[in-house]
Amino acid sequence: MNYYLLIPFLPLAAFIINILFGRSVLKENAHWVSILAVAGSWVVAVATLMDVISGKTLNQNLYTWIVSGSFKVSVGFLIDQLTAVMLIVVTTCSTLIHIYSVGYMHGDKGYYRFFSYLSLFTFCMLMLVMANNFLQLYFGWEGVGLCSYFLIGYYFDKKSASDAGKKAFIVNRFGDFGFGLGIIMIFITFGTVYYEPVFNQAGSFAANTVNFLGYDVNLITLIALLLFCGSIGKSAQLPLHVWLPDAMEGPTPVSALIHAATMVTAGVFLVARCNAIFSLSETALMVVALTGAITSLFAATIGLVQNDLKRIIAYSTISQLGYMFLACGVGGYTAGVFHLYTHAFFKALLFLCAGSVMHAMGGELDIQKMGGLKKYMPVTYGTMFLASLSIAGVPGLAGFFSKDEILWLAYSGPSPVGKLVWLIGTVVAFLTAFYSFRLIFLTFHGKFRGTHEQEHHLHESPKTMTITLMLLCIGAVSAGWVGIPALIGDAVGLENWISEFMRPVLGHPEGHGTHAEEWMVMAISIAAGFAGIGLAYFLYLRRTDIPARLSEQFSWVHRILFNKYYVDELYSLILIRPTIWSAKNILIGITDAKVIEAIVNGVPNAIGSFSRQLRKVQTGLLQHYAMIMATGVLIIVALMLLR
Amino acid sequence: MQPVMPDLGPVFPETVLTVLALVLLLADLVIKRKETIGLLSIISVTAVAYLLAGSLGTTFGGMFISDGYSIFFKLIFILNVILTVLISVKYIQIEKIDYGEYYSLILFATLGMMLMASAGDLIILYLGLELMALSTYVLAGFMRRDVKSNEAAMKYFLLGAFASAFLLYGTSLIYGLTGTTDLKAISSYIAGHGLAGNPVLMLSLIMFAVAFSFKIAAAPFHMWAPDVYEGAPTSITAFMSVGPKAAGFAVLGRVFLTAFGSVRTEWVLILIPVAILTMGVGNIVALSQTNIKRMLAYSSIAHAGYALLGIISGTADGLSSVMLYMFAYAFMNMGAFAVIIMLRSEGFRGDNINDYEGLAKTHPVPAVLMTIFMFSLTGIPTTVGFMGKFYVFMSAVEAGYMWVVIIAVIFSAISAYFYLRIIMYMWMREPKEAVELTTSPAIGLALLITATAVIGFGILPSSILTFARLAITGF
Repeated sequence: MNYYLLIPFLPLAAFIINILFGRSVLKENAHWVSILAVAGSWVVAVATLMDVISGKTLNQNLYTWIVSGSFKVSVGFLIDQLTAVMLIVVTTCSTLIHIYSVGYMHGDKGYYRFFSYLSLFTFCMLMLVMANNFLQLYFGWEGVGLCSYFLIGYYFDKKSASDAGKKAFIVNRFGDFGFGLGIIMIFITFGTVYYEPVFNQAGSFAANTVNFLGYDVNLITLIALLLFCGSIGKSAQLPLHVWLPDAMEGPTPVSALIHAATMVTAGVFLVARCNAIFSLSETALMVVALTGAITSLFAATIGLVQNDLKRIIAYSTISQLGYMFLACGVGGYTAGVFHLYTHAFFKALLFLCAGSVMHAMGGELDIQKMGGLKKYMPVTYGTMFLASLSIAGVPGLAGFFSKDEILWLAYSGPSPVGKLVWLIGTVVAFLTAFYSFRLIFLTFHGKFRGTHEQEHHLHESPKTMTITLMLLCIGAVSAGWVGIPALIGDAVGLENWISEFMRPVLGHPEGHGTHAEEWMVMAISIAAGFAGIGLAYFLYLRRTDIPARLSEQFSWVHRILFNKYYVDELYSLILIRPTIWSAKNILIGITDAKVIEAIVNGVPNAIGSFSRQLRKVQTGLLQHYAMIMATGVLIIVALMLLR
Repeated sequence: MQPVMPDLGPVFPETVLTVLALVLLLADLVIKRKETIGLLSIISVTAVAYLLAGSLGTTFGGMFISDGYSIFFKLIFILNVILTVLISVKYIQIEKIDYGEYYSLILFATLGMMLMASAGDLIILYLGLELMALSTYVLAGFMRRDVKSNEAAMKYFLLGAFASAFLLYGTSLIYGLTGTTDLKAISSYIAGHGLAGNPVLMLSLIMFAVAFSFKIAAAPFHMWAPDVYEGAPTSITAFMSVGPKAAGFAVLGRVFLTAFGSVRTEWVLILIPVAILTMGVGNIVALSQTNIKRMLAYSSIAHAGYALLGIISGTADGLSSVMLYMFAYAFMNMGAFAVIIMLRSEGFRGDNINDYEGLAKTHPVPAVLMTIFMFSLTGIPTTVGFMGKFYVFMSAVEAGYMWVVIIAVIFSAISAYFYLRIIMYMWMREPKEAVELTTSPAIGLALLITATAVIGFGILPSSILTFARLAITGF
């Protein structure tokens, strides 16, 4: 099944063609190359999935770039059940979002640039999920980070956009530093960076400890936590979540593709891929579960009071990513990846709908200035409504199945923090339903609260956009049907296909609980979802005076939430300002002016003047040259004799 | 004693090349279009390359060795000829030096290099070296109406003679000591008689080191290089910076590792200071150059310093890394010179670094190519230059010369300044005056080959590395 190579390399080819010929030749046709390439990848990915379903998996080295002792830098592909699912997620979302972008980015002056970055991103993401070794994973990881930087700062003439790009890049440095150390630790421990030997041997190192900053730490725990550092950064978990809301400065298709469906889920993928390592360390799993749970609660509460359309969805993304980590942390890797897969559809759809709304509103993002849009844009409204039902966990829709599985595993699984994270997860389910429908009701229902000019301009988006919305909506509704829980499935004769499918890679912990408990957990999560929707309906459609009164009454709560727990301010206070202060006063003032300047300018100056002096030796006179040669010989002879 | 006809198989490619070079010299009389002679010379060397594969063996009583090692280097020489001819065709018309003997001389010089690579005896080595040297002296002075070119030839000749004297002196000392000029016999004599530390052997080692250092332009025996590189026709500068240097390394590797392999600890003490000094002088003086040919001359000196590390490590990996380095250097340096030659047009020298200002705006394609070559010369990953450096440094680290490698890396970092300066000039400065490019299909082909190889072997180095490693099995 060598055709799988087409999956990453078609987008790469599209990138090369676009970047070389986009500006001069392709211009406004630049999207064709990219779309054809990524659609081709999708077709091959589907074929690959079929192969994997029929039982074929593959672990193959394509070529080796550098060999140095036992260290090998090579490109290799691992195609197993996990990869196959990720391939479908990435290529499907990418294809649809490419098509959507045709309408959304129409007339933009950097049209070809946008599509070439999109192709490059797709290539890097596919390399990331298809890797069979940690270095290639790291390559893809940094590659998607780079593309994310390019695309967040796509409108680079806008300061906030280029700042957001920088922020995303710098914040990710913190996580990736740990990730890099993790890979180094893996190499030191196992002598290889290939998945297969590492995962096979991990068990035999489970009891080893290593001295870390004076403490004896379990080796596997340390490796797992270092790898998880990378996940925290890339998947925007506490405390490195700050970059994702700002990343909304990028064009909306980018938010949908990179900052919702694919790149940010790479962290979850990493944990799932390394489940052999994580499962060996209870501590690491607990950290993963708690980080996920706390992040999901934290982000959901912020989402309650925000007014920026895209940022609400961004916080929702952070929260749902937390959910996925929560699942992995209680050992439910399958559930985590399942949620990753359903989330990709409904969250990408939510973003694209937001893009459609922005399109109609002339770039307006404040939902307080919207309202009543449903009659102007029925397709957008309908699809976004369904996506919100899905994320709220309404039974039968995609989000319901994955969320239910996570909550049940948390409740019934062996994790010591299981019950706690289940409780948090249920609260988050309620909050998610609430803020998702707050957004729907404020945007699409009620009266229009914007300017007359905006109202006059309201229109449904072009076909390329609405068709994509409808296609994604199919996913947002039905993607979960591959994972119908055994509880229901047994009754109607359907199996939980995706769990069975992924069992060879991810295992499948069985919950220990009675059917009655399982029904209860399910009922509570459904109730939480409906309660959230109901409360949103009550507050934002029936008694619209209450929200304002509430925020006055509990103004300090509102203020904290509205200001996102002041995390940015905190970082500014403890990290950024001291850094800038010391940069200005110590680094520029003292170190730079006196030390670095002296080195940076001094050494080259010294070298330069030395160079000019030395150059004078080159007199052009033959006799001098012969003289120097002879002197050289004499010096060498002297050296050898005096030795 | 019945005279026995020696086996001519191993020397067949060289014989063919000799005949073809002579034929081309005569063909000059009847062929008016000199491009045709260029084309014929490419065909000739291609035929020779084809013959190389079947030439494995030793002949003339061990004086001439055709093994994987020599074939690898010969392929570099042939590549060098092809690329040189491709970049010469148009250029020598502009310089008004399009005479047929230009190509014949290139072939004769190459013949000399091939003899050097195959020399199993110091006499053959000397013969090859002089054949190569005499031809390049003439080529350096080929622009006979140009003072600088004349000066270059004269300097090269006199200093070359000086260096040859060292080689002959070393040869006679070793002959006096061991009674043979055969490399293998010298080796076994030294080992058999426990000559390590013998002052005469020391002295002859020094003489050889000096003579070869001159050929590869290692400091302090590099003084000829900047003047000659600047004065010679640019195409010949390109030719000289690759061919004779690779030939120098070929004999350095063979003589020092075969004949003097048992006294490696002795000659390493000579080569390490030479290598460090070479990297230092090359990189540091390159910083203050304003003429790009001179800058590349110093760069070429510096690269000799890096490559020496592979010889110093003395291992099979070290030797194969030197071969890879020479291979890499052939492509990236030839590519850079091809771009330089494109800037030369009637009434415009185009060899000043300032001439590259804003080239990316006026001529993006050559600018992109030059950027690739400069990156490769700096040693940035995904170019073949990185591969060369990586494996040379790696072999030295594994041989236990970490401290030398650290120095090499520091100098390598310094070198980034003058390579990247060209890139900076091209991309970040505004063009001052319109630069007219002289293009031709031939030079386009040369650029295509070099750029593809620089990137291609940078991404897929394993084939050539495997070839180099295979070539030295049984060395």
